Amino acid sequence: MTVPLIDIAGLEVGFTSRDGVTLPILRGVDLRLEPGETLGLVGESGSGKSTLALAALGHLRQGLRVLAGQVRFRGQDVFALPPHRLSALRGGSLALIPQNAGQALTPTMRIGAQVAEALRLHATCAPADIPGRVVQLLARVRLPTPEAIARRFPHELSGGQQQRVAIAMALAGEPAALLLDEPTTGLDVTTQAHILELLRALAAESGTTMLYVSHDLGAVARVCDRIAVMYAGEVVQEGPATHLLRTPRHPYARALLAAIPRIAEARIPAALEGRPPMPGATGPGCAFAPRCTLAAPVCQTHRPAPAATEDGTVRCHRASETAQPLPEAQPLAATAPGEAVLSVQDLAVSYASPGPLAQLVGRPAGGVAQVADIRLEVHAGETLALVGESGSGKSSILKAIAGLLPPAAGRISLPSGPLAAAVDHRRPDEVRRIQLVFQNPDESLNPHHTIADILAQPLRLYHRLAGPALRARAAALLEEVRLGAHHLDRLPAQLSGGEKQRVAIARALAAEPALLLCDEPTSALDVSVQAAVLALLARLRRERGIAILFVAHDLAVVRAIADRVAVLYQGRLCEIGPAEAVYRRAAHPYTEALLGAVLEPEPGWQPRLLGHDMVERGPPARGCPFQNRCHRHLGPVCNEQAPPAHELPGGHVVRCHIPPA
Amino acid sequence: MLAYALRRTLLGLITVALVSAMIFFAVEALPGDACTAVLQRDAHGQRLENCRREMGLDRPATARYLDWVGGAIRGDLGASAGSGKAITELVGARLANTLLLAGLSMAVGVPLALLLGVVTALARDRAPDLVLSTVAILAMTIPEFVTATLLIFTFSVWLGWVPGIVLASADAPISTLFPTIWLPVAVLTMVMTAHILRTVRSSMIDVMEGDFVQMARLKGVPAWRVVWRHALPSALLPAINVVALTVAWLLGGVVVVEKVFNYPGLGRFMVDSITERDLPVVQGLALVVASAYVGVNLAADLLALLLDPRLRTARLRA
Repeated sequence: MTVPLIDIAGLEVGFTSRDGVTLPILRGVDLRLEPGETLGLVGESGSGKSTLALAALGHLRQGLRVLAGQVRFRGQDVFALPPHRLSALRGGSLALIPQNAGQALTPTMRIGAQVAEALRLHATCAPADIPGRVVQLLARVRLPTPEAIARRFPHELSGGQQQRVAIAMALAGEPAALLLDEPTTGLDVTTQAHILELLRALAAESGTTMLYVSHDLGAVARVCDRIAVMYAGEVVQEGPATHLLRTPRHPYARALLAAIPRIAEARIPAALEGRPPMPGATGPGCAFAPRCTLAAPVCQTHRPAPAATEDGTVRCHRASETAQPLPEAQPLAATAPGEAVLSVQDLAVSYASPGPLAQLVGRPAGGVAQVADIRLEVHAGETLALVGESGSGKSSILKAIAGLLPPAAGRISLPSGPLAAAVDHRRPDEVRRIQLVFQNPDESLNPHHTIADILAQPLRLYHRLAGPALRARAAALLEEVRLGAHHLDRLPAQLSGGEKQRVAIARALAAEPALLLCDEPTSALDVSVQAAVLALLARLRRERGIAILFVAHDLAVVRAIADRVAVLYQGRLCEIGPAEAVYRRAAHPYTEALLGAVLEPEPGWQPRLLGHDMVERGPPARGCPFQNRCHRHLGPVCNEQAPPAHELPGGHVVRCHIPPA
Repeated sequence: MLAYALRRTLLGLITVALVSAMIFFAVEALPGDACTAVLQRDAHGQRLENCRREMGLDRPATARYLDWVGGAIRGDLGASAGSGKAITELVGARLANTLLLAGLSMAVGVPLALLLGVVTALARDRAPDLVLSTVAILAMTIPEFVTATLLIFTFSVWLGWVPGIVLASADAPISTLFPTIWLPVAVLTMVMTAHILRTVRSSMIDVMEGDFVQMARLKGVPAWRVVWRHALPSALLPAINVVALTVAWLLGGVVVVEKVFNYPGLGRFMVDSITERDLPVVQGLALVVASAYVGVNLAADLLALLLDPRLRTARLRA
């Protein structure tokens, strides 16, 4: 038997808490990677997957240490290597592609200098050849104009370009293995799809071994042959990607797959109740037992050992009984849309601020508005989703509606009449009707206020409640978002991410709004928690008849919850219509490109990459906003004339020069 | 980039112009003027009027302000009310002394502070950090005159290595000042090093925890190079502003230190002129010190621009 390239055996990593107790982060992890293999490491936040990947590089975050076991690279224990040997290994035969390349590249060094540094440290090329090699590497990761890119600073590149630079840097030492730590998290869908195709091509070209860490099963399914699922610092199931995705054996792997919304149908996926255990809080039994629907008495008392299956391992006492279909997702109940609760007419937003002189003479800012010609209506009891990539203006539109960003033009009105531009000039009742739920509940809830204080503010302000009535109403609101009244006196820090987002939703509900503006409300949450928040929003819409304007970049999430979808590119509406129609047959080329780039956690799923992967700094001055990336570009007409609006049945409007068939 | 530098310079000039107006009219608003100060008890009747006519004080304030500013631009701040000497000359000699003191303190203090700041950050919460940080806090909190007195006691009274006070006149050549200047330099260096060290330490700790520093390490970059090439340029940015403030403080005259060591610098000159109510000198000095403040801060902004490419693009676009 050959020596595996990476051999992780019985690895336990932990830290010592303030009261002197040793708490494990990784618990008995065994993984082997043979040369040329691609292994995906998936799990939710806190599962220890990133710690494991960095441990493979012989790196532990401050405070962590190896409690037992070892990590061998080509038979050598990386934690026993002297510093200079470890430095030679890192970035040499074993290279890391980091999460968020934007922060992983040194801001004060030019791209070329950073790639050259990696070459000088690890490659065997003559100093005189380095500049040429830098350009070659940048070209290899398919960066346009590599010479120009080499002279730039990291902040002058787009997120996708930064990630490509990080890949080029990792390739400099011609590594035998690549460790990828969430390499596409935070990138737009189309960019992500392009980066993943690049990684697949690299793996195929040079037979590089990959350890791919991600929470995104779709991305992992696209790149990896094998998948290991982690939960509470353990690998709970490991096996070939095809089998694991089709017939997961471990109840956690099953629940995780069931919690992922799919693009094919409008269904709210099944949520996973509870939360993962804190380090050290796992008890003698199976770590997943408290959340497991199949848990038996033995699961509470004995920790299951990894058992070999036909093609992998699974850590479960009841693995033989789980070979049944996955829990079903709930179809989204259709509701009859009520009256319009919000109407937006010809909204435009511009970020260009006029210079001091222009301000004096009252001249408006020049240039092209970032958001223009937005026309939409939201009806009671419906969810309208605004989708688009970063820079599509979806959040700007939300802010303009909320009165946080003064529009450059256009009218925003409630049934009672037009709204003032700034929230300060709106009447309290108007403000009450429109409430916001932000992306990140860690930042939208004041960490020094208890949940009761947070909920009390809108109740006092809009409903003049006080004393016991106030507290009773706050408790009722918590019940409504499926949190107990015992949370009232806690601080946000004592709640999990999903619970905090429920509190944020409860705070919005306290005002009894007609319209809920949700700005990526689930993108900071783990998938299992996301499913629960989506179910909550769908229920509120159905039971209370609240209208929801839902901003998201994840098309599968939008598919799960939206009745209607508006697709935005560069602040312009490309297409708006019933979700069913838009997803079944995308009429606009941009919608087509977006849907084509979606990755489903299905074995053999093939994305269709359409259009160019490029980032535009701003909308073009004339013609169609999508002209520079369009794969169905017709010619001068697209660059010269604004596309006409074609009306299809069911209020489906497409703005494109190509008439929809 | 150049446009930004020019715009900042222009803004700096506008600031100096506004400050000059405030100085002039604030002095104007004081009860009495240069003549009442000079003549003291005799400041009445014909003598006062004659004096005012001689010094041009009978003309309207705005006209005198414009004259003063026009002179200042040509490098002429008028004459001292007391001695009648040209203010430019009086200030010039002391400014040179102050620059010497400040320059030496900076030349020693800034590199020392950067070095120690990095050392303390890297050895965070370990012995070198604890010792150096404690010393730094002591240096910051003990008043300068106490440090100065202790140094004089140790090095001139007890050991007798250097003179305890400066006996040179304001226009003495550098060669006369040099041997006597080391104790004041030591006191100033201690205080400024402590301030800059603390800033460098905390910003270096922040930067060292950043993703790009971890990435550089995991790329196999040797430890010293991670610090020098990847972390330090970013960590210096907050330090630049503190250095600028310290320099401005040094130029503005470190009155207490100058007084203790009898050093003929700007600070002492300012205090003496105020005591003597030599208003033209006070006015001129204030203008010089304010310009130095603006100049130093402008230099700091431009330096930050050089160090941080992100700032460069952001400012350019703005």
